[in-house]
Amino acid sequence: MAEASSPGFETGAGAPSATSVKEVSYAVPDDGFGHLAELRIDPIGLLQRTRDECGDVGRFRLGDRDVVLVSGAEANEAFFRAPDSVLDQAEAYPFMTPIFGKGVVFDASPEERQQMLKNQALRGDMMRGHATTIENEIRGMVADWGDEGEIDLLDWFAELTIYTTSSCLIGKPFRAELDASFAHYYHDLEKGTDAIAYVDPYADIESFHQRDAARLKLVELVQAIIDKRQARGRVPREERDLLDVLISLKDEDGSDHFTADVITGMFISMMFAGHHTSSGTAAWGLIEMLRHPEIMKDVTAELDDLYADGSEVSFQALRSIPRLEAVLKETLRLHPPLIIVLRIVKEEIQLGDHVIPEGTMVGATPKVSNRIPEDFPDPELFDPGRYLDERQEDLLNRWTWIPFGAGKHRCVGSAFAMMQLKAIFSVILRDFEFEMAQPSESYQDDVSKMVIQLEQPCRVKYRRRVQTRSTPG
Amino acid sequence: MKVTADLDLCQGHQMCQGEAPDVFAFDDDADQVVVLQEHPDESLRPQVKAAVKYCPAMALAIEED
Repeated sequence: MAEASSPGFETGAGAPSATSVKEVSYAVPDDGFGHLAELRIDPIGLLQRTRDECGDVGRFRLGDRDVVLVSGAEANEAFFRAPDSVLDQAEAYPFMTPIFGKGVVFDASPEERQQMLKNQALRGDMMRGHATTIENEIRGMVADWGDEGEIDLLDWFAELTIYTTSSCLIGKPFRAELDASFAHYYHDLEKGTDAIAYVDPYADIESFHQRDAARLKLVELVQAIIDKRQARGRVPREERDLLDVLISLKDEDGSDHFTADVITGMFISMMFAGHHTSSGTAAWGLIEMLRHPEIMKDVTAELDDLYADGSEVSFQALRSIPRLEAVLKETLRLHPPLIIVLRIVKEEIQLGDHVIPEGTMVGATPKVSNRIPEDFPDPELFDPGRYLDERQEDLLNRWTWIPFGAGKHRCVGSAFAMMQLKAIFSVILRDFEFEMAQPSESYQDDVSKMVIQLEQPCRVKYRRRVQTRSTPG
Repeated sequence: MKVTADLDLCQGHQMCQGEAPDVFAFDDDADQVVVLQEHPDESLRPQVKAAVKYCPAMALAIEED
């Protein structure tokens, strides 16, 4: 069925064409939009079958587009090393536009602002302060836990990471205005990432209506915070946060430079990369340790030892915690928060034996690459030992161990994320022990959206540990 | 050992300076890492290994001579 499809591209003899790449078979019948139907039901099955049937460079159909899917070290390296002028990500995620708001992310100007927003808060020298902030947020969240109880992993970690990302990236005063309702609406946004957006980002489906309603609610919440700030008036510089800076910017005629709608969109976009990703990894890390009690015991012992001298979480989370780090890396390998990353070809590019023309969509898949058996022996096995001592399977396989992506666009928040995860487990595993509240195999991802999240219910029980450490008083 | 930095990958996090300050520095203008010693003394190996392991951009490597 597939025709050469890049708009405006002549497919004459000798011209590059994506159709020279083998197309994967259909497991779910084509309903007129190619493999979209399968992508909405079983995306991992589609991505894995593309590699199985087509090799390192394969192809599936998404609406009227070809998507060339790469996997394996060589093709991944070509993909991740390509500069923005060759592979561009701006247009590759149409499902994000209604979430951020039009014009918020990719044409954000001036450049310095983007630099300030995205990078500076993540610089190494800012991490110490973030670690303290995160420790305080976690302690605040467990403060009302009592001696035992039950939590839903998705709800709990999603709320925690709303507080940590907003506090670290936007500022403590803004964070102080938030409660669980912000996390709730934010979650509705994340659920509004159905792949049908590749055909119509405003399709008449329930999750898109919820998405649009949730965004309006978030704008209302931010507007209320802005109103309070304006009623309060100016505060000393050291008490200001990013919101104060943004609302202080005026146009020449004295009107506000940014509306609440645009500011909300900027905040949503800043928090997006660090929210569902960290939340999901924390939840899966705990589930995997519950599934492997010997590993849980090992990590808990490591943490008890490390903190036996009374040192602070905010100090240790920035330092080496080898066995916990290995658990987190293995969690990320098996449960990468993003199963596919996408780009649009701007200048034709060679991937494997194929020259891919301008206009084609190309993707790399952490979910599939992270499980290539040649690189990760016994790939389905949860084995933190892969990262210890001489094995170092993440460093050895830089182009296939890609939970954070790779290359210039490799997740700029990876160090922040690892620090946050180390802080979370440093607090909760030392003070509490956990137990599954449902069958082990019932903890699963909901893969029906581009943002993958745990399927609810995903409940665990906790009980305060009998203190073996000496406590003051 | 030989220490290499892939400047196409460096994102300017400056973590390596904290781990191995005698081996790595930072070029503020280019916003990128500078390798001060390509062949550091063997005694610095643990520091360099930590820098490689914790580089958020996976831009550093050790090659054995």
